[in-house]
Amino acid sequence: MKIYATYNIKGGVGKTTTAVNLAYLAAADGLRTVLWDLDPQGAASFMFRVKPRVKGGGRALIRGQRSLDDAIKGTDFERLDLIPADFTYRNMDLLLDKGPEAKQSRKLSKLLAPLAVEYDAVFLDCPPSISLVSENVLHAADTIIVPLIPTTLSVRTLEQLTDFVAGFSGHRPDVLAFFSMVDRRKKLHREITEELSAKRPDVAATIVPSVALIERMSVERSPVSVFAPGSAAAKSYRALWAEVRERLE
Amino acid sequence: MTPGLAGFVVADAEPHWNDALDSVMAALAETFAIAPERASAPRGARRRTWLDTFDWRLYRAGLLLEYVTASRAGQLVLTSVGASAAGNPEPVVQPVTGWRAAQPCLSDHLPDGPVTDRIAGVIAPRALLPLVTVASTTSVTSLLNEDGKTVARLLIERPVITAGHIGTHGSTARISLPPRLSVTEVRGYPGPARRAARIMALAPQIEPGAPGGSPEKALLDEALAVIGTRAANYSNKVDAKITTDMAAARAVATILLTLLGAVEVNVNGVLRDTDTEFLHDLRVAVRRTRAAIKLLGEALGLADDVLDQFAADFKWLGDVTTPVRDLDVHLLDFADMTAELKAAKPTDLDPFRDFLVQRRAREFRALARALRSPRFGQLTADWRATLTTIADGKPRRAGQPGKGAAKRATPDRPAPLASAQTAGALATDRTGVAFRKVARRGGAITRDSPAESLHDLRKRAKELRYALEFFAPLHDKQAYGAVLGDLKRLQDCLGEFQDTEVQIEEIRALAEAMLGAQAVSRGAIARTVLAMGEVTAALATRQVAARDAFENRFAGFAGSDGQRRMAVLLHRTGGAA
Repeated sequence: MKIYATYNIKGGVGKTTTAVNLAYLAAADGLRTVLWDLDPQGAASFMFRVKPRVKGGGRALIRGQRSLDDAIKGTDFERLDLIPADFTYRNMDLLLDKGPEAKQSRKLSKLLAPLAVEYDAVFLDCPPSISLVSENVLHAADTIIVPLIPTTLSVRTLEQLTDFVAGFSGHRPDVLAFFSMVDRRKKLHREITEELSAKRPDVAATIVPSVALIERMSVERSPVSVFAPGSAAAKSYRALWAEVRERLE
Repeated sequence: MTPGLAGFVVADAEPHWNDALDSVMAALAETFAIAPERASAPRGARRRTWLDTFDWRLYRAGLLLEYVTASRAGQLVLTSVGASAAGNPEPVVQPVTGWRAAQPCLSDHLPDGPVTDRIAGVIAPRALLPLVTVASTTSVTSLLNEDGKTVARLLIERPVITAGHIGTHGSTARISLPPRLSVTEVRGYPGPARRAARIMALAPQIEPGAPGGSPEKALLDEALAVIGTRAANYSNKVDAKITTDMAAARAVATILLTLLGAVEVNVNGVLRDTDTEFLHDLRVAVRRTRAAIKLLGEALGLADDVLDQFAADFKWLGDVTTPVRDLDVHLLDFADMTAELKAAKPTDLDPFRDFLVQRRAREFRALARALRSPRFGQLTADWRATLTTIADGKPRRAGQPGKGAAKRATPDRPAPLASAQTAGALATDRTGVAFRKVARRGGAITRDSPAESLHDLRKRAKELRYALEFFAPLHDKQAYGAVLGDLKRLQDCLGEFQDTEVQIEEIRALAEAMLGAQAVSRGAIARTVLAMGEVTAALATRQVAARDAFENRFAGFAGSDGQRRMAVLLHRTGGAA
């Protein structure tokens, strides 16, 4: 079982659309896949038309009173399941902040371990923040997929993240950033994407353009590959998924 | 998606199938929004051919095996249909390439994989045969909630029989079977699927597909019925339809007709050389026929010369099948034989195997000629006509009185038949005689008795076994089981004693024949003959062990407890008569 997390400290960079599209493509590739919508806003749950509600809330899951298995919902797509968001996830930091400190950041890892029997791929869609939740996610993941908006500042964010992960003892996730919401008409976007993609091995060659179609996902409530399979956006996600898989192989 | 929650079948004539499906859709549409399945793996068309051995070993073991093709990929799918409280386990799946669905496949030739691991021991040494091929298309309809989310799915499968490999319907028919409907649950949404199943259960002309059983089994059973056959319709047990009060002549004719059926039904498999067990079963049916003629033939009321001629013809039939079967036994035992070698290498026996295979090919041609000969055709036709007349209760041809009547009864010889004797009386009489024979002759055997006395006892024990089996439907089940268990153990011991001796003799003769044939080099033949010597030594050890076990086995069967068990059996059967 491989665990992929879409993460960025900033909001609105395309984490959820990336998680939804890549999870769909993983399942379409034949992998038994589950996506955990960790964001209390529940955008990924919304896209899959699943109600953002978990019985007992985040507390029951984190404390082990209810297994993750109980919370899983089938999506409309073969091999793709979802663990929905719940509004109580906003307090997840407090729930994780119990017990010995060394174990606090590895609670999600432990919760996810039993899913290996049933799934080949887990996607974690993270809320934007630096918190105990994101630290847990970074520890649990095999690959952290980081959507970047092409700005100078975003490069600094990537470096901070890479440094942070490098400090992990034991398991260290692979970090793969890619440029998201790229507007090829903007000179700055072109310069930054071209330069960084060439220079940094942890930046994917694939860029995901800023197109209205991706925004339309929340109207269609399904992955781009489902309602516009021939579009440039769908092709970008397929290329990105191919890069992600290749790195792990 | 979880497996089918509820299965239904359209219960109406073919012209009304679509109406029935429309009414289901209309009923579901009152509760759910309905949409054809969105992007998902195509479920479209698949073709499945059910496979089993001629004697239905998988079906009897609660297993269904299908060769399934969908979008060009082929796989073997093994399903358990044995009812268990925990439900049926997941099917075992094994992808296969180059499978020829219309051809038999010997257990040795199955490709490696999880299905083979599971079934090889069950079917060996028989071949898998295709039973019936059903092609089907499945359409999937999503049942949506108010958010437009799929919360359950309705699958409609339309099966069409495309080939009946067995049965009476012919192999080229295309026959549509009623559509199957099933509701599947979407994980985390148990309620909607249950609701949909309740709605469907109320729809007109829709019935539960396989109440309490498996939908796969229900479909197979239905397809078999359509092509004019049914599952598990063959076993090598006698299973004649006789009753205690039946006239003895009719009962014996019925038993012999059942045995004749077993001879005839195996002929094709023998001629095609599908697997070794067709010949084995044919030979068993012939041996049983000969034993029945000897033990019970008198009851048929046929003239002595007529009965003698049939007996002689069945002896001929038995004899012509012997050489191939003997060679089959060597070849079937070959792996065990080589495994037991200590000094010789397994490959030393390769020339012996080649020789057996060549010899078998030659003997098989002779066997096939005999089974295609006018003599065989005439024998089965005349025998059937004769027996049918008697079984139907029509007047018999006049002839000389049966030979049994001319002789005086002794403890070993049955009393003359009363003309109105029933099957029940005949059963107790002849089974009793056969038992006393075994008890007396076995009791006379000592450590110093010659091997022939044990061989003779084996024949008598076989006759007793057949007598018991012929009349099995008339016996009390429990008493029958008690007698048969001990008899089987005695027979195994006697069989081992004689078979090992016969095999030793045959291997000696084959060694001489190989040397005479000079088919292999002198160096190789020396190694082979030495290895064959080792094989005979191992057989001799087994023979000694069987001889040592004899006294105990015999006492177990014919000692005072055994005598009492047989008395109980005969008393209960006689009482019923």
